[in-house]
Amino acid sequence: MAKTLGPVKRKFSPWTDPNAVPFIRFENITKRFGDFVAVDNLTLDIYEKEFFSLLGPSGCGKTTLMRMLAGFEEPTEGRILLQGNDIRGVPPYRRPTNMMFQSYALFPHMTVEKNIAFGLEQDNLPKADIAARVEEMLKLVKLEQFAKRKPNQLSGGQRQRVALARSLAKRPKVLLLDEPLGALDKKLREETQFELMDLQHTLGLTFLIVTHDQEEAMTVSDRIAVMDKGVIVQVATPAEIYEAPNSRYVADFIGDINILEGTITETGSALGAPGAVNIDCGGLFVAVDQECQAVKGDQVAFAVRPEKVRISPDAPADTSVNSFYGEVWDIGYLGDFSLFLVRSEDGRILRAAQANVSRLVDRPITFGDMVWLTWSRDAGLVLTR
Amino acid sequence: MTNVAETNPATNAAINAGGPSWTRWLVVAVPYVWLLLFFVAPFLIILKISFSDTAISIPPYTPTFKGFGALGDFFSQLDFENYIFLTEDPLYIWSYLSSLRIAAISTLLLLLIGYPMALAMARAPTSIRPTLVMLVILPFWTSFLIRVYAWIGILKPDGLLTLLLQTVGLMGPDQQVQIFRTDYAVFIGIVYSYLPFMVLPLYSALEKMDNSLLEAASDLGCPPWKAFWKITFPLSLPGVIAGSMICFIPITGEFVIPDLLGGADTLMIGKTLWTEFFGNRDWPLASAVAVILLIMLVVPIMIFQNQQKKVA
Amino acid sequence: MRSPRFDATVLTLGFAFLYIPIIILIVYSFNASRLVTVWGGFSLNWYSTMWSNQGLMDAAWVTARVGLLSATLGTILGTLAALALTRYSRFPGRMAFSGMIYAPLVMPEVITGLSLLLLFVAIGIDRGFWTVTIAHTTFTMCYVAIVVQSRLLTFDRSLEEAALDLGCPPVKTFFKITLPLIFPAVIAGWMLAFTLSLDDLVIASFNTGPGATTLPIKIYSQVRLGVTPEINAICTILIGLVTLGVIAASLTTKRTEIKRIRDEHLAVRGAAAS
Repeated sequence: MAKTLGPVKRKFSPWTDPNAVPFIRFENITKRFGDFVAVDNLTLDIYEKEFFSLLGPSGCGKTTLMRMLAGFEEPTEGRILLQGNDIRGVPPYRRPTNMMFQSYALFPHMTVEKNIAFGLEQDNLPKADIAARVEEMLKLVKLEQFAKRKPNQLSGGQRQRVALARSLAKRPKVLLLDEPLGALDKKLREETQFELMDLQHTLGLTFLIVTHDQEEAMTVSDRIAVMDKGVIVQVATPAEIYEAPNSRYVADFIGDINILEGTITETGSALGAPGAVNIDCGGLFVAVDQECQAVKGDQVAFAVRPEKVRISPDAPADTSVNSFYGEVWDIGYLGDFSLFLVRSEDGRILRAAQANVSRLVDRPITFGDMVWLTWSRDAGLVLTR
Repeated sequence: MTNVAETNPATNAAINAGGPSWTRWLVVAVPYVWLLLFFVAPFLIILKISFSDTAISIPPYTPTFKGFGALGDFFSQLDFENYIFLTEDPLYIWSYLSSLRIAAISTLLLLLIGYPMALAMARAPTSIRPTLVMLVILPFWTSFLIRVYAWIGILKPDGLLTLLLQTVGLMGPDQQVQIFRTDYAVFIGIVYSYLPFMVLPLYSALEKMDNSLLEAASDLGCPPWKAFWKITFPLSLPGVIAGSMICFIPITGEFVIPDLLGGADTLMIGKTLWTEFFGNRDWPLASAVAVILLIMLVVPIMIFQNQQKKVA
Repeated sequence: MRSPRFDATVLTLGFAFLYIPIIILIVYSFNASRLVTVWGGFSLNWYSTMWSNQGLMDAAWVTARVGLLSATLGTILGTLAALALTRYSRFPGRMAFSGMIYAPLVMPEVITGLSLLLLFVAIGIDRGFWTVTIAHTTFTMCYVAIVVQSRLLTFDRSLEEAALDLGCPPVKTFFKITLPLIFPAVIAGWMLAFTLSLDDLVIASFNTGPGATTLPIKIYSQVRLGVTPEINAICTILIGLVTLGVIAASLTTKRTEIKRIRDEHLAVRGAAAS
């Protein structure tokens, strides 16, 4: 039986269905600003009701991609299809998308109510309908008693919710969120992440979110596209991105990870077990259970997350493979777990995380202790890119 | 698969600029055409008239230039008489030189007085800064003419300054202050009138400065007076240049102050031009005077514009 | 160097220099004596003389009309120019255009005045009310452009994008979002334009005609004849009007400021409550 990567959030995976029609399709999109290539021949499908994240460092082209969908920029090359229709040349005020801006862009001279009603008024809806919808939106974001306030009379979290209500009021086919929680403090941000997921569920809308915060992307999204320098490096579910990054870039960008460069000494067929790789990382021998395209002699990287590395003062039964002996060089106490930096004789440093399960520890590991780091064969992975 | 859709800069521009092409066109065209018509065209005309002969009629000039068809004629008939006259009569050369001298000295005086004021304002507590700025601006809102006029009453030989000095005893009852109708009165008038124009750019440059820079300098062992010359002053240079140009250029062409406060021997080109125009009714000569004044000011005006663009 | 006493002295001397002449001028407008150096007791005599001076009153009326009209025209043109400068990075002759905006700010008035006059003569327009108004519009619009431009540069463009995104077409967006938000700057520009027009002697002298004598021209012609308390009286009234305007404007901003601070307090409490 095939094992699953990480927990299953919900049974929703249209991208695995070859017959599913994408809701939004970016087709060979290139965007240049003068000589600068912001987005480079990018193709991406997003499905209806999906919560999709564009994740990457600033300047990777994620915001540009979103602004092209909203209509503030036109692609230099390629086309964007929304429900199968090319939307080139359609101005932003005629696109069925709405955006929540990073700065919220609340109109400072209008009340909360007026802000939310603004988009509806543009459609010349009857006054009663507008009032009803505004009411509904205020209720949705729990701001009923703030209807008559101006934006500068609200706290950051309240402003964020007004911006959200305003962009949702028109029931857009796609809601675009540009770093929606960036301005909130950590605690509020975590709460709001779950509120956003609930909203997306109840309203059944397609959400496209741009963020540089990997935790945020992991928490909220169905799928994440990790971007770098205008191209998509990997598109996958959060669990896949974390457990099976396809490259050193993604592995390093998401979470904390140990990366060791090495050479393949044997692969599955020679080992008699399909899907097994042996790597020589400069005298440190690693064995991984993983289907891998690489062959003997290839330069690859072995990556293992610190929380999958065990730390112990006692030597393991087999010290020839998947084990690392060294001195505790540094300890980071992070509350929920502790991070140990262990330095081997040849100066290499590997990190191991240990959950702080109980408050009192019998035999604490401390600076200068000699320890063994070990990991199982399915803990790490081989990165060829 | 289809790709490489036509690049459509027009659509893009319309979206980014926030308007369809006709509104965009209108926004640019209306002020543009107005300025071409009432700012640029007059300069071409002034240039043309400076090459014309004087005639005793109204308008008192015979146009040398008759329509674009006769462009060839125009160049053959170009008349440098006015310009030659300007070089022959030392009055004009002295006027130009004297204007530049007065403008340069005044600008220096303005800097010497304005800089400490701007610095003091920038260092004042944040709460009273807006009030101080308003106090500097307020005289600027009152009429230029009124402010110059106010000095006449003070500087006149039988004016208030004489009265004050006599009362204090620094001056005998038969003595009088001999400043009115001299270059000194002109300097006082100019410094007084232009001080806000100097203080405000300096203040905005100084006020923007991060105080932690000076703290860092002091932390690194730099004494305050040295920190001023090494940090504050260099960083305020854009303000110094802007303020100096805003003052220097109009002062060069100043008319009201030398006319009301200066003496018969105070030569300034603005006054000469005025006399040529209103007194002698020699429009072509007045135009030639203006053209040369403009040429002299091209360099400072360019410096000023570059500075403004950098600030913007 | 960094002593508060030094700063206070500099400011006191500086402001004394700026204000004493004006204060003297105002005080002597109430002087019963015609002589500047002799205080002949308090009197409102000069104000009544001024009031009955028909020429002066006519000039004041002309000035007010020119000022209102040219400031309004200048504000519209200047706002458009500011939009063109900040919003459209590329159009033919943009460099020249920004040059035309900045040059009039420092151009000696004698040049601006003379050149415009020659234009009016060349195209055969009779000099008078309209030529002065056009001349004033031309140089005040540049000041308005600078004031409005500096506001537009700090304007958060995402507000306009949000309006577009919510289905509001560009022109409507300008009137519903942009204009209300830059309005204080537009008003400030108008006030500046109005006072500049009120103030101008040189440009008006060149471009005026019969029946369009403005107040500065009138004052100038009387000043040349010597200091009279009557002129002090007009000047005092003008100063009073402008001071009132400026104080009113600054009080309005101060009230907005106070309101903003109160709003922020409310926001903090709102955050605590929610």
